[in-house]
Amino acid sequence: MKENNKYAMQVSALCNGTVIDHIPADKLFAVVNLLDIPSMTSNVTIGYNLDSKKIGKKGLIKVADVFFTEEDLSKISVVAPNVVMNTIRDYQVVEKREVKLPNELHNIIKCNNLNCITNNEPMATHFHVSNREAGTLKCRYCEKEVNINNVELL
Amino acid sequence: MKSKSLVSINDLSREKILSLLETAEKFEKNPNSKILDGRVVGSLFFEPSTRTRLSFETAANRLGARVIGFSDAATSSASKGETLKDTIMMVSSYADVIVMRHRLEGAARYASEVSPVPVINAGDGANQHPSQTMLDLYSIKKTQGTLEGLNIHLVGDLKYGRTVHSLLHAMRHFKPTFHFIAPEELHMPEEYRVFCRENNIPFTETTEFSEDVISSADIIYMTRVQRERFSDLMEYEKVKNCYRLTNSMLANTKENLRILHPLPRVNEIAHDVDENPKAYYFQQAQNGLYVREALICDVLDINI
Repeated sequence: MKENNKYAMQVSALCNGTVIDHIPADKLFAVVNLLDIPSMTSNVTIGYNLDSKKIGKKGLIKVADVFFTEEDLSKISVVAPNVVMNTIRDYQVVEKREVKLPNELHNIIKCNNLNCITNNEPMATHFHVSNREAGTLKCRYCEKEVNINNVELL
Repeated sequence: MKSKSLVSINDLSREKILSLLETAEKFEKNPNSKILDGRVVGSLFFEPSTRTRLSFETAANRLGARVIGFSDAATSSASKGETLKDTIMMVSSYADVIVMRHRLEGAARYASEVSPVPVINAGDGANQHPSQTMLDLYSIKKTQGTLEGLNIHLVGDLKYGRTVHSLLHAMRHFKPTFHFIAPEELHMPEEYRVFCRENNIPFTETTEFSEDVISSADIIYMTRVQRERFSDLMEYEKVKNCYRLTNSMLANTKENLRILHPLPRVNEIAHDVDENPKAYYFQQAQNGLYVREALICDVLDINI
């Protein structure tokens, strides 16, 4: 209970919006950038190096009046797997979900192979997860595999 | 919208491969007919490839189809900056099937997605060339009587050689044993070794290409060791003649051994091998015709 109070003091209540929690601390700013938070006008709280029992040091982003799309979630899952997304409406958590890497990534990441058709034609990219544990993704087009730590978002 | 295309050998099941080979056998017995009378084959070679193009166009002609297309991107509207999608949409309104070679990897998969008519991949960059793999399989089956349980020796450039990688993938259905014979710089990439382990395909590896090494072979698949693949030219000079097959090396090989090569050959097979009955690379190329006749009919859903 004590811990909950401490937590509540660090992060004030949100009427409507989204709380992204359990972001590995070293991935926090990558997530901030990919959600384009610097250009937002709404009320944003960013927590960095917060203590976490689950992952050591974590980051947290709280955004008022913004709800993210499935595409945003897919992007987050590429940069920082297993973050938790809380949707808040009228001070209540109405949805809490762990953001998992989807099996298929449609137009989320760029193919690293310069000779891949996706880098030379106005078209969407498409990857599927070929080995989840190893973090291997395979391009549907050129069939080259890439590790998730070496990919660039579109 | 979805038509039946052939993009990658990995899309074909064991049953599908065997049934295509059976169809090709029928075409070998009777290569000329009129079953494609009235059809138009679009032959789009964005990148020149004389051998593959002539083989596909001959296949179409021998079955009575007409062929339209180009043999070089410079003579197509791609040189004016037209997207691949637009070229495919245009040609598919004229042709019943498209045969395409492109320098970019994945071009065939994309073309098959946007095209209302079937697309046959005649090579997309370093990625796939399924008609080559099918003619390799046809040649192996024809010379050995089976695809099952063979000792296959892959020699030369196993790092960049697209044909050996596709062959390895396709043979997973047929319990082969592979022997990889290549210089350090051009050895089989790790992902294919992992593939072999995952599919319980036994393999050996060596840098030494000698009489002893090939004495157990049913098939020797030779590839060209290309100068431009080496970062260190000293290294190339050292190995360039080590992966050269000569007639004297074949003295103690198995009776059923056949030598394959995707061609063009430069000096990795000595000319004195050509006269040996174990040399099969020219017939192998000829088999490409029957296999391509089978592939065109298959994507058009024409039963033979």
